[in-house]
Amino acid sequence: MLSARASALRPGLAWVLPRAVGPLVAGVVVAFLLQLVVVPILGPFYEKLMMDIGINCLLAVSLNLVNGFTGQFSIGHAGFMAVGGYVAGAVTYYGSFVLWGSAAVHGGFLGGGDLLFLLGCVVGGLFAAGAGYLVGLPSLRLRGDYLAIVTLGFGEILRVLLQQTGDVIFVPAQIEQASAFTLATSLGGALGFSGIPFYTTVFWVYVMLGLLLVVAYRLKESSEGRAFLSIRENEIAAEAMGIDTTKYKVRAFVLAAFFAGIAGALFAHETGTTLNPRELGFQKSFDIVIMVVLGGMGSISGALLAAGLLTILPELLREFSDWRLVVYAVTLIVMMRVRPQGLFGIREIWELGRPRRGAQEKRP
Amino acid sequence: MAMLEIRNLDVHYGAIHALKGVSLSVEAGQIVTLIGGNGAGKTTTLRAISGLLRPTSGEILFEGQPIHGRPPHELVRLGLAHSPEGRGVFANLTVDENLDLGAYTRSDKAGIAADRDRALRLFPRLRERLQQAAGTLSGGEQQMLAMARALLARPRLLLLDEPSLGLAPQVVRTIFDIIREINAAGTTILLVEQNAHMALRVAHHGYVLEVGRIVMSERASVLAASDDVRKAYLGGH
Repeated sequence: MLSARASALRPGLAWVLPRAVGPLVAGVVVAFLLQLVVVPILGPFYEKLMMDIGINCLLAVSLNLVNGFTGQFSIGHAGFMAVGGYVAGAVTYYGSFVLWGSAAVHGGFLGGGDLLFLLGCVVGGLFAAGAGYLVGLPSLRLRGDYLAIVTLGFGEILRVLLQQTGDVIFVPAQIEQASAFTLATSLGGALGFSGIPFYTTVFWVYVMLGLLLVVAYRLKESSEGRAFLSIRENEIAAEAMGIDTTKYKVRAFVLAAFFAGIAGALFAHETGTTLNPRELGFQKSFDIVIMVVLGGMGSISGALLAAGLLTILPELLREFSDWRLVVYAVTLIVMMRVRPQGLFGIREIWELGRPRRGAQEKRP
Repeated sequence: MAMLEIRNLDVHYGAIHALKGVSLSVEAGQIVTLIGGNGAGKTTTLRAISGLLRPTSGEILFEGQPIHGRPPHELVRLGLAHSPEGRGVFANLTVDENLDLGAYTRSDKAGIAADRDRALRLFPRLRERLQQAAGTLSGGEQQMLAMARALLARPRLLLLDEPSLGLAPQVVRTIFDIIREINAAGTTILLVEQNAHMALRVAHHGYVLEVGRIVMSERASVLAASDDVRKAYLGGH
């Protein structure tokens, strides 16, 4: 009788499908409209700004999975971004030479070039996720400051390694002769990886962001996500509940690194940016941490808002760009004094002023 | 066969020898209490049982099966739940979400719903506060939540660490009434308490722990009447 009641509680496909696929479809439609309608109206300057905002949102929301949800303080997120960016860049750049003999943008929307770019994003994300696994492993043993130091070290080691890579090869004949190892170590060194084709569009940035938002939001409202949150709240009690805290910490790292890798891939293929080890160093990691702390540890919409604000502000205050770091530092100190949980804490914007919605959703 | 059997358990914190050959057993269906002063090793014993601490030597058998050295998340699945010292509620999550986390290891939705209902009948105060962040509850309510949450794992053995800690006497009585009720419904309980008076009133059997060693093991009523225990733990009256 119990099992009959249990299966009556299990939602049917008609209930599940629109909820699972609906937000994804909506995300793609929104991204498409942004690209098709909004971009032509606003022009290239705002197009670039929109892409920057989207990429920073990807970074902030994904870091929030580790720092906000799971409460593990990571300050090496730009490292994962670099892994994704360089891997994706190498895939499209050298892949284009092998396939079409040049690194120029190939084909239109969803043409051959776009598909290669998508492949690059996924492979970049996977490599970053692998790096996340490696960095996540020590997090089993380390807490607080010590973990932060390890993640910082990871970012810095990666930066130094990337600076040691050789010049980018741009002669088709040499590329055909070169071994995979040579290609993988010819990433431009300290000068940066130039010549990566510009495949990133507002559409792709916001499709990826939509995907991440669906994943993050559904995670937060699921028992998986509550396991992440419980670790941040009280690790001992979480263990006493039967949660394998080690496993979840590593999962958080891997998932966050995957999306940081995708953000890196989008960044690498964006007009007007050069993939450069210095650009993706400690400073960038710190910027992302500030977005998460400002928005609220654990708040997805808070991270979005903070990422948006902190991307637009420097543009508005170009004359004061020397003061950016001072403003950031002061902002952080003020936040720590008056609102240590960030603008929204663990809540979402629409949950302000009333208690957090319970996760129990009524099912037909 | 006892439900829980501990033999010659040793636990070290670095150089500190916290448990020195502790042996005790808990019979199915009983409330067994472990009393003793500060630093006697009561919490350490519970943590070693639930896997939060790794003993240096000794054996812990749960329903005949050795469990020492196994991680806590496996033990919860075996039917052993731990309500930790200081309550350990997830302060930023709602009462509702705290309860959901208690049932984390289970997937039988109907069974969880039934147990949840039962837990909320035991602790009606929690029902009124389901959507409230657990950190905003009073101390007594947080203790109730910690116990309700542990019950949602549907344990056969419930480990309770200092449920009376920092609570008003009136609330302490309520909590102990509920402990008795939980036990009457079939859950075996190992209760660690500084409040020896209350603990010995509800327990069937008691152990007295002093600096890492069991110094007495008696029926609870005998312990409550014993002069030594009275002098040391019951304030002499």
